[in-house]
Amino acid sequence: MPFSLLKYGLSSEYPAEVDLPAPKELKDSYDVVIIGGGGHGLATAYYLAKYHGVTNVAVLEKAYLGGGNTARNTAVIRSNYLTSEGVRFYTESVKLFKALSNEFDFNIMYSERGQLTLAHTDATVRAFRQRAEVNKHFGGRTEMIDRQQIRELVPTLNLDPGHLPVLAGLWHIDGATARHDAVAWGYAKQAAKRGVEIHQLTEVQDFVVEHGRVTAVKTNRGTVKCGCAVQAIAGYSSLLMNKLGIRAPIHSYPLQAMVTQPFKPFLDPLVSSSALHCYVQQTGRGEVVIGGGSDPYPLYNTRSTLELKEGLLAHAIEMFPFLANAKLMRQWAGITDMTPDYSPIMGLSPLENYYLDAGWGTWGFKATPICGKTMAELVASGGKVPELIRPFALERFSRFRQVNEMGATAASH
Amino acid sequence: MKIMPCPLNGPRNISEFTYGGELKQMPDPQACSDDEWADYVFNCDNHAGVVTEWWLHNASSYWFLAERHTVSDEIIRTFDPKELFDRRVDFAQPAARQEVVA
Repeated sequence: MPFSLLKYGLSSEYPAEVDLPAPKELKDSYDVVIIGGGGHGLATAYYLAKYHGVTNVAVLEKAYLGGGNTARNTAVIRSNYLTSEGVRFYTESVKLFKALSNEFDFNIMYSERGQLTLAHTDATVRAFRQRAEVNKHFGGRTEMIDRQQIRELVPTLNLDPGHLPVLAGLWHIDGATARHDAVAWGYAKQAAKRGVEIHQLTEVQDFVVEHGRVTAVKTNRGTVKCGCAVQAIAGYSSLLMNKLGIRAPIHSYPLQAMVTQPFKPFLDPLVSSSALHCYVQQTGRGEVVIGGGSDPYPLYNTRSTLELKEGLLAHAIEMFPFLANAKLMRQWAGITDMTPDYSPIMGLSPLENYYLDAGWGTWGFKATPICGKTMAELVASGGKVPELIRPFALERFSRFRQVNEMGATAASH
Repeated sequence: MKIMPCPLNGPRNISEFTYGGELKQMPDPQACSDDEWADYVFNCDNHAGVVTEWWLHNASSYWFLAERHTVSDEIIRTFDPKELFDRRVDFAQPAARQEVVA
């Protein structure tokens, strides 16, 4: 990196860097078709090219790159889950995130701030002890802290909100945030450099299935043959799975979030309270991001509702009373594909050469790198499921082997 | 405020209601396979379009059915379950399970 910087500085005319090659016509056939040009799809393409030499790959995106949930999440990275399957997986993801800026030679603005989750009941305190221990066991940095330590970490936090005084906190030192758009762009640029084709405004509308295999995908730009296909389309997962007759326990719910006007830096850690269904963090630009739980019923619509916003803000103000005077700048929603056990659905599908990357609900962004890496391994090996994602198979529901992450996921990000 | 027209209580704020899942056909628990039962318990269509689903009015504990468009969020029709469930179902006494010899 330093040498390229020196060369760049000394060159008489600054070399123009091409981020993404101009769009081309679709080829007749690709070895791998990845449906969905968000973080997950692009990461899968990148790792396929980088580690497995598979470059005859097309990423088909119906709108623009990283414009779906990659742009709509609140950019929380953490690994303090509850189950050993979950913690092992997300811990790997955090490790990969840390190295991404160097790997891309492109700043994803990874910022390790730590994440603080608040316990308001004895039951939560017990659950936190378990999470802290499981996390430490798998190499994460998580510990229990008391009210005094919380006060020192976050002086502006109200420790006695209404009827729910804070009893203790789960302090996850590895908790971080990164620029979500940059993650998608970084993967896209590096994948394209290695020969992966990225086609925006290309929507997969249907499939050609012969003898239990997907032999081609039908898009709005024509039919493309494929050796195998991966779907990574987040909130709309069910719509493509329904076309292939794949049954899955996914409900699509909107998840709403918002951002205030910028303030001076006052909040270093990401703070979340599962009892108040609210999490609050300050971005590098000083804005306060406020998010919470999903909407109360399923919907494929990114509309916002006053009711949810009011409830969420009431809780945010309980946590940080001075926010009562803040002005909101933006608010938005994304469609989350929720599973009953709050874990993803990754791996094989009933079709031989069709791979699933779905059920990412509200926990997709933080898994981007490890998801791409393991999905690439799965695709390159022709369907040998990597150890790390075996617990997340679709068939876990018919085997009654769910991976329950509800307590460590719901509204606490 | 979004209004849900409840067949029993009339138009009420949707925050008074709880979503209860898609209307599904229950397989015979005695006769179906484990896979069929798991499919019934977990899987859903999750269609983008008009779906029929269960809703509960919390305060009156009244369950009813609604036809709702899951893209526009338009509630097309709500109705009492007796429109579909018009006969009494007597569940047979499950046969005593045989001891599995390990």
